[in-house]
Amino acid sequence: MAIFLQFLVGLIFGLGLLLSGMSNPAKVLDFLDLGGIASGGWDPSLAFVMAGAVAVTFAGFRWVLARPRPFFSERFHLPTRRELDLRIVAGPAIFGIGWGLAGFCPGPALTALGFGTSAAFIFVAAMFAGMWLARLLAGLPALSRIATPADPLET
Amino acid sequence: MISNSFTPVASLLGGALIGVSAVLLMFLTGRIAGVSGIAARLLPPYEDDAFKGRLAFVAGLIAAPVLVLLASGRLPAQTIAAQPATLVLAGLLVGFGSVWGNGCTSGHGVCGISRLSARALVATATFMATGFATVFLARHWG
Repeated sequence: MAIFLQFLVGLIFGLGLLLSGMSNPAKVLDFLDLGGIASGGWDPSLAFVMAGAVAVTFAGFRWVLARPRPFFSERFHLPTRRELDLRIVAGPAIFGIGWGLAGFCPGPALTALGFGTSAAFIFVAAMFAGMWLARLLAGLPALSRIATPADPLET
Repeated sequence: MISNSFTPVASLLGGALIGVSAVLLMFLTGRIAGVSGIAARLLPPYEDDAFKGRLAFVAGLIAAPVLVLLASGRLPAQTIAAQPATLVLAGLLVGFGSVWGNGCTSGHGVCGISRLSARALVATATFMATGFATVFLARHWG
């Protein structure tokens, strides 16, 4: 039951990506193209995606987190890290370059697999390779002295 | 000037659906709906027993366009202009950067910001900045 519900939650997420236009790399790149403002090619739609999502989660998380525990787990698994280190800038900086090159971030890329195009499969395969490499490097002792990732994946 | 393909209402509603999904996942499992974290944890080593749930979430993402196709007879608009070599480079950077920075557009940009996390704010401002810069260089340089 818990597994099926998580499938439905992923399905809702994917439908949101499709409805919002976030799953279309061309639209994402038109949003990121501030240079297009002068020529009339800028598409600000994705700012509305974030506004809609944050409005719901801002209210919804308050309601959920006021509950004693989640439905299928003993406790909430919230990020605990607070420090602003080099990694919280370097990682997203690298991520943003990749996002701007192809117009895909992880959610839309996985959703794109359902379209069945080879481009989506190529991107997702490379994305998993990049994730694997980052986890490998994060686990190296010399680097973890600098970055101290208690959990290298914690948001 | 704004493009003709501006879709404020659909984008706002789609964004709200993403928000509903994130709230539901928190309600059910107590976890952040950060897609990069969910995807990266499909790779070993496994640190907890939530693998099946993550796989189900990702299967739901992939099933969404299939459902739209079955219901409406056609897929939503999607144009991928990047060539294979660019897709490989972009995928590597997106995968590496999202794990190195502990999140992506969903984990930092939606869930983290709504929790008023300073880390998420810094991360979101940074990937927006390099995303803008990359597209500017690609489209308007030279």
